[in-house]
Amino acid sequence: MPDDTQKRLRNLVQKIAEKPIPQDPDESLFESGVLDSFALTDVVAAIEEEFAIKIPDKDLTPRKFDSIARMEDYIASRTTGA
Amino acid sequence: MSAYLHAFGAHLPEHVVSNAELAERVNCTPEWIESVSGIRERRWADDHTTVADLAVAAAEDCLARAGIKASGLGMLILASGSAPPGFPGPAAEVAARLGLESTPVLDLPIASAGSLFGMALAARLADSVGDILVVAAEKMSAVIQAHPLDQNTAILFGDGAGAVLIGNRPSPRRILHSVLHTNGELRQDLAFDWKAPLKMNGGTVILHASRKIPSAIREVLEHESIAPADVSTFLVHQANQNLLVRVAKALAVPPERVFSNIARYGNTSSASLLIAAAEWSSLDTPPGPVVFAGFGAGFHWGALVAG
Repeated sequence: MPDDTQKRLRNLVQKIAEKPIPQDPDESLFESGVLDSFALTDVVAAIEEEFAIKIPDKDLTPRKFDSIARMEDYIASRTTGA
Repeated sequence: MSAYLHAFGAHLPEHVVSNAELAERVNCTPEWIESVSGIRERRWADDHTTVADLAVAAAEDCLARAGIKASGLGMLILASGSAPPGFPGPAAEVAARLGLESTPVLDLPIASAGSLFGMALAARLADSVGDILVVAAEKMSAVIQAHPLDQNTAILFGDGAGAVLIGNRPSPRRILHSVLHTNGELRQDLAFDWKAPLKMNGGTVILHASRKIPSAIREVLEHESIAPADVSTFLVHQANQNLLVRVAKALAVPPERVFSNIARYGNTSSASLLIAAAEWSSLDTPPGPVVFAGFGAGFHWGALVAG
């Protein structure tokens, strides 16, 4: 059962991509064709707004946002200081 | 700062390379190229044409439009990231071919943001130097053909040159302010040294360009208390049509306010900003502030506003 962060991320990505999100949170959203580089810019902006965080330049790399799981990990690292 | 825009110039090679021609060579479709970039065709110079050749042609066009002779210049700045390696850079040859014998010239080998950096530098020096010709010339076809064509980069780039004359004599367009930035931590995400194919981590480049271009534009406009909505035209490095649309969206201005000619010329690196400006200046331009913005390898980025 997806937790709250994962659910919010799925909603957010689906709204931007307008495509079904893979069930497997580890599946690459780029390789599955859900996101492209330009859509990712919208996803990053939406994550900042949804989770009230500012993503610094050093973290602006597609690898950190390649899948729902990676987005979840990143948000956890920012909100728990991990 | 008393610096004014006087004239623009441009030069494009005659040979047109269509998406159909390129698609065959890199195993994709013309439609895919246009969908991911907005590019329909680009110009490629022939084997014998050099960066200096392109630069001289754009410089002469700009000087003719300005109605001045090269001998009246106080300085020449040449931006190019695709000139052959070694020294001296192409600025010395361009100066010699323009008939300059003792005028100082400067090479800016920083690729896509080079013309914006050159303009900002010229604006800051014009008070003491007088008329400064900023030229940006690129033969990106040589860069992408130096090694086997890579689909992700070969579809994007074209050749061309642009120029702008900036001086301290008044003209209707006064340069109000400029901001420049560099973050060298990301220099490997967009890099080329002739020994290996052009390296472009497209996702990272797009993420940063999408954020930094609007940010620099807001910064330069806030300094002058100008709202994005009050800017008549945004002249932005023609990297990708999808990026230009994102810039307009981020600034909450209509997309048509961001000038675009990328469909016809592709990404001509540093030259693109001044080629766009030369075309824009030939139109019946609306009154109001105009913004120039660039982003590229380095990463270097910035913006300049003229009233």
